[in-house]
Amino acid sequence: MLSSTIVPKSEDAVASLVIAAAAQGEKLAIEGNGSKRALLRPVQATRSVSLRGLTGITLYHPTELIISARAGTPLPEIEAALAEHGQHIIAEPPDLSALFGASRPATIGGIVATNLSGPRRIAWGAMRDHVMGIRAVNGKGEIFRSGGRVLKNVTGLDLCKLLTGSHGTLGVITEVTLKVLPAPKATGTVSIRVATLEQGIAALSAGLGSPFSVTGAALLPEGEGATAHLRIEDFSESVAYRCGKLRDDMARFGEATIGMDTQALWQGIRDAEPLGATAEEAIWRVSVQPSAAPGVVAALRAVGGGKFLLDWGGGLVWVAAHASEAAHQAVVAAALAAQGSYTLFRAPEALRGSVAVLPDEVPALAAIARRVKAVMDPAGLLNPGRMRAGQ
Amino acid sequence: MIPLPAPKPEVLARRVQIVAALQAIIPGDGVISEALRLKPYETDGLSAYRQPPLAVVLPTSTEQVAAVLKYCNAHGVRVVPRGAGTSLSGGALPLADAVVMGLMRMNHIKTVDYENRLAVVEAGVTNLGITKHVEADGFFYAPDPSSQLACMIGGNVMMNSGGAHCLKYGVTANNLLGLTFVTIEGEVVQIGGTYLDAPGYDWLGIITGSEGQLGVVTEVTVRILRGPEGARAMLAAFDSIEVAGQAVDAIIGSGIIPVALEFMDRPCIHACEAFAHAGYPLDAEAMLIIEVEGNVEEQDRLLGWIKEICNRFNPISLKVAETAEESLAIWKGRKGAFGAVGRISPDYLCMDGTIPTGELPFVLKRIGEMSASYGLQVANVFHAGDGNLHPLIMFDANNEASFHAAENFGADILKLCVEVGGCLTGEHGVGIEKRDLMPVQFSPLELDQMRAIKGAFDPQWLLNPAKVFPLEGNPIFATIPVLNAA
Repeated sequence: MLSSTIVPKSEDAVASLVIAAAAQGEKLAIEGNGSKRALLRPVQATRSVSLRGLTGITLYHPTELIISARAGTPLPEIEAALAEHGQHIIAEPPDLSALFGASRPATIGGIVATNLSGPRRIAWGAMRDHVMGIRAVNGKGEIFRSGGRVLKNVTGLDLCKLLTGSHGTLGVITEVTLKVLPAPKATGTVSIRVATLEQGIAALSAGLGSPFSVTGAALLPEGEGATAHLRIEDFSESVAYRCGKLRDDMARFGEATIGMDTQALWQGIRDAEPLGATAEEAIWRVSVQPSAAPGVVAALRAVGGGKFLLDWGGGLVWVAAHASEAAHQAVVAAALAAQGSYTLFRAPEALRGSVAVLPDEVPALAAIARRVKAVMDPAGLLNPGRMRAGQ
Repeated sequence: MIPLPAPKPEVLARRVQIVAALQAIIPGDGVISEALRLKPYETDGLSAYRQPPLAVVLPTSTEQVAAVLKYCNAHGVRVVPRGAGTSLSGGALPLADAVVMGLMRMNHIKTVDYENRLAVVEAGVTNLGITKHVEADGFFYAPDPSSQLACMIGGNVMMNSGGAHCLKYGVTANNLLGLTFVTIEGEVVQIGGTYLDAPGYDWLGIITGSEGQLGVVTEVTVRILRGPEGARAMLAAFDSIEVAGQAVDAIIGSGIIPVALEFMDRPCIHACEAFAHAGYPLDAEAMLIIEVEGNVEEQDRLLGWIKEICNRFNPISLKVAETAEESLAIWKGRKGAFGAVGRISPDYLCMDGTIPTGELPFVLKRIGEMSASYGLQVANVFHAGDGNLHPLIMFDANNEASFHAAENFGADILKLCVEVGGCLTGEHGVGIEKRDLMPVQFSPLELDQMRAIKGAFDPQWLLNPAKVFPLEGNPIFATIPVLNAA
């Protein structure tokens, strides 16, 4: 359906082509490397704009804990630059290329636009928490900035947060500035075999409620039971000490063991590998309060099952199941019954084009959303229909 | 003085009817209209500006808030939301034709849920009140602004308040899950919930720090965290600001994330020492307070490493607290910094820019030069980990020329902050104080876009009017004559 992909080489070129599209009544699909093109609803656009021509780290001051990069910069390039100084992207964004069958790596602009965070989110915040500055082009072709290059900034409305997670529907992000932190020197994991999911959540909650700074809390169902994993990241002496304390404390939930150098386990969880979704299955992400997670799994198992992976202490439930409208409705019902939210994360185009991939907003908020969209993109030419019809 | 728009004569003329309508919504003593009782609401933490409002309402429920907003929206009455009134930027300064909506009677902690590590609290619960409520169980609410004894969570949300421990725990925006939000139309909306990262537009993110421009928050779902096993501070003093700055860089560069990293300059050290007798070295040009967390062995190890790093920069004093009491003593001076400066000079302006931390020596040198040329003393405290600078400019409020000079000095400091790559405000908000400096940081287009987003929430511009956005560009105030508040 897309006639061509345009690859602008500068922010000004992005602005010019948005102005041209507005003049010609064209709709634009906005992407980086297109690695998450299959996320949410299919975009109803005539042309595609890729930010992959806008690359490069524009500022990196390790001692100020700040890095800026153009939107099309591949994530691995940024991670490598940070690693040279022993630092990392705090929210641990996932690499979903396997999940989405993408051949090129995610870009920093794409990760910010989709606000995707890994297991460390539970302890250190999401991508949206660390976007300190943003440059973007709105739907009128105007270049604007929000935030800046400092760690603490409350000057004006926080459009960094509004744009983060807006999936390119309010502006084309051209450059982002992130807070970064020193990467831990060691990673240890306490793993607990539990008999039920309820027990698993109780173990994760106890771990997160301990004074040992747990930075990952995931539950991998296995049959009726599960394995709960709690991660400690810090200097190696601290990791050894706290893992020991935590294991002793966790023994009340089941057999607890300590694993060191467990980065690969958490990288897998970050990228939803243990979910074991097949290429044909649809994938959902359900957000609930952790204590409600076992209920969500039980409700879905009762209506035909699925595969599950619980992260963020149980607050994030990954679901893989047959890509059908019935399965989608079951997930929606389970999420809403648990007073949570959901995203149809990956599905064949026919399914994600025909159902609500995110919950609808209440009328008062939907009205504000329409007015905000009208401010940022009055002609509705940026990623039309990506999140919801008209959004 | 920063100009305020003239009140709407038609609203002033309807004062009696408006008060009667508000009393019908909030029975009992929840509506204040007598001049004497309005007095406490005429100012906030920026006490140089005073203006009694038309009336004050003290709702006790979200329903009352919604009904008042609905009435005000229908009748074109401006509304100024207020928590404890501790804003240092004049965020709660009334207008003569505005109704102040004080949320202090909504002060209940509704839910504490340790399993899910959250608490649902009403907007008028104090910041410290949340921590006090959960600390016996080992939990705390992380953001800790200096005013935490008095300031309220609703105000914290509206100003996106920070504190001394942001480097590790983040600011208010990073510690919220959900809000009960009331639009100017009186619609009650649940934003977020009890879970992380609701999909869709980040309303929680845009409302937090919006300074009352978008709506009124009546309930807040905050994340509560389990505290560490312990924490301990050390003090390091240096004979030059540059060297202290290098030590900060070396600490951050080493991979240690201190939970707090505070910097004080010579005038501030002297003021605090005279006030708190904390044992600060009076011969130092700059002093750092560095705090780490963990069990005793972890603290010892981290403090040992930091001590080693500091030793590379020829400190003139290094003191590692051996006990929690010694740690408190080190903090005592810093925590009393504002009071200490208040003792030297009863009137001071507390500025709040943020700078890239590497620019600190240059910025402090320039502030020193400005201090000499304005003939006003200044003391500097600085959250060195995150670049948030608080120059305290001392002046004499009884001398109008002195106040004007202090305001101009402050504006020059904030312009300097922007010039070196920083921003006008790190945690106090724009309010009335920094409103007219906004064009220093933002282009006309950027300001207009923010104004339009404000208008998307509040089409008549009734909410917390005349703050944040310079008047001349606003759709409502551009044609209204202005007058001075004081």
